[in-house]
Amino acid sequence: MLSDADWGAIRLTLELASVTTALLLVIGTPIAWWLARTRSAWKGAVGALVALPIVLPPTVIGFYLLVAMGPEGPVGRLTQSMGLGVLPFTFSGLVVASVFYSLPFVVQPIQNAFEAIGERPLEAAATLRASPLDTFFSVVLPLARPGYLTATVLGFAHTVGEFGVVLMIGGNIPDKTRVVSVQIYDHVEAMEYAQAHWLAAGMVAFSFVVLLLLYTLNPTGQRR
Amino acid sequence: MKTSFRMLPLALFAAPFASPALAADVSVAVAANFTAPMQKIAVEFEKDTGHRALLSFGSTGKFYAQIKNGAPFEVLLAADDETPAKLVKEGAAVSDSRFTYAIGQLALWSAKPGVVDDKGEVLKQGAFAHLAIANPKLAPYGAAAVESLTRLGLLGSIEPRFVQGENIAQTYQFVSTGNAELGFVALSQVYEDGKLKSGSAWMVPAGLHAPIRQDAVVLTKGKDNPAATELLKFLKTDKARAVIKSYGYAL
Repeated sequence: MLSDADWGAIRLTLELASVTTALLLVIGTPIAWWLARTRSAWKGAVGALVALPIVLPPTVIGFYLLVAMGPEGPVGRLTQSMGLGVLPFTFSGLVVASVFYSLPFVVQPIQNAFEAIGERPLEAAATLRASPLDTFFSVVLPLARPGYLTATVLGFAHTVGEFGVVLMIGGNIPDKTRVVSVQIYDHVEAMEYAQAHWLAAGMVAFSFVVLLLLYTLNPTGQRR
Repeated sequence: MKTSFRMLPLALFAAPFASPALAADVSVAVAANFTAPMQKIAVEFEKDTGHRALLSFGSTGKFYAQIKNGAPFEVLLAADDETPAKLVKEGAAVSDSRFTYAIGQLALWSAKPGVVDDKGEVLKQGAFAHLAIANPKLAPYGAAAVESLTRLGLLGSIEPRFVQGENIAQTYQFVSTGNAELGFVALSQVYEDGKLKSGSAWMVPAGLHAPIRQDAVVLTKGKDNPAATELLKFLKTDKARAVIKSYGYAL
């Protein structure tokens, strides 16, 4: 059935998706808040930038990340000058790529939830002399709960399902960058169809259960 | 509708050159390492015979899966000799059409000049963080690289620094972008008209690994297409062989 290498890939994938989702919730919240509230002329441009990974082929993202994070690229120069080396072929590199790649799947549900709250609860809180921070944690966050649930599930699931970007910047290193989707690809290419089936069917089941949970727990929630 | 529109400019373009009664199209699956020479050969092939070769590039393993599942390829130019043999055995290819069209030359290459010396000593000095290699499980050039390192007694010390490309084209990409300081690629990727295009390279001596025989075969789908047979015949001509050799392949 599943070999040690397969289990290693599964563990790595879950680790990558967890770290990415946690980071995305922290990074995505202020972006979503700004996008939901701002009247700035930049709103359209920022919204479009956030949504780019939805429409761009992973090959484009992977190729540009590889070039940008490489030793000659702008990001690569920065990380080298900070003494961090270069990011491709490392777990941190995959995290950076995944954060970018899954950003819209986290920002958009949260943004929709923020927008749905409207001005009134915020004004009511303000008249009760709640500080903005207090308002955010005791009014906004509870009201946006369905949005956060959707964002967490989609961000996690989308990172688990990532393939093209990881393939292009990962270098297929066991326990560092060889995630499940790459491992499946390897099995198929090597004509090990039986092993490919075990992992592939597992992915189908996992994805279905995750989405089923989301739609059952969150029937009225915002979905992008 | 879609097809007729797409074909229209081609038909107009081809009309004055070819005799339509004899000219045919042939779809060819080409191993990634043979991309550059095959593009040149296809042009010559059309000039000389009027037949058009429609080329798809990729890894031999993927082509195998696609062919077994009904892909419309008529000829396979593989990166190894095992896959064509396997297809023949499984009845998906024409047995007497199979022949070795090129023998691959493995090269240790860096995008920077002066990194790789012409004896491969850089492998022993080991002043590098990443060495790119095509996945040895999937790619013949990757398997040859591992075999060579094993013979040199260096596999154990270098393996932890491997980064793997899914095929030889991606391996080249890792090295050419500088993300891996050096890597084992096909000489044909970095070599043209008898010389290195850029960077520095060591041609791995043939004695360090089993020869990378690249076989061509007519697939069952192409057995009645005269253009398929013609193409394999054309690959054996001096003209085609000269192109193949100019990219560093042995014959």
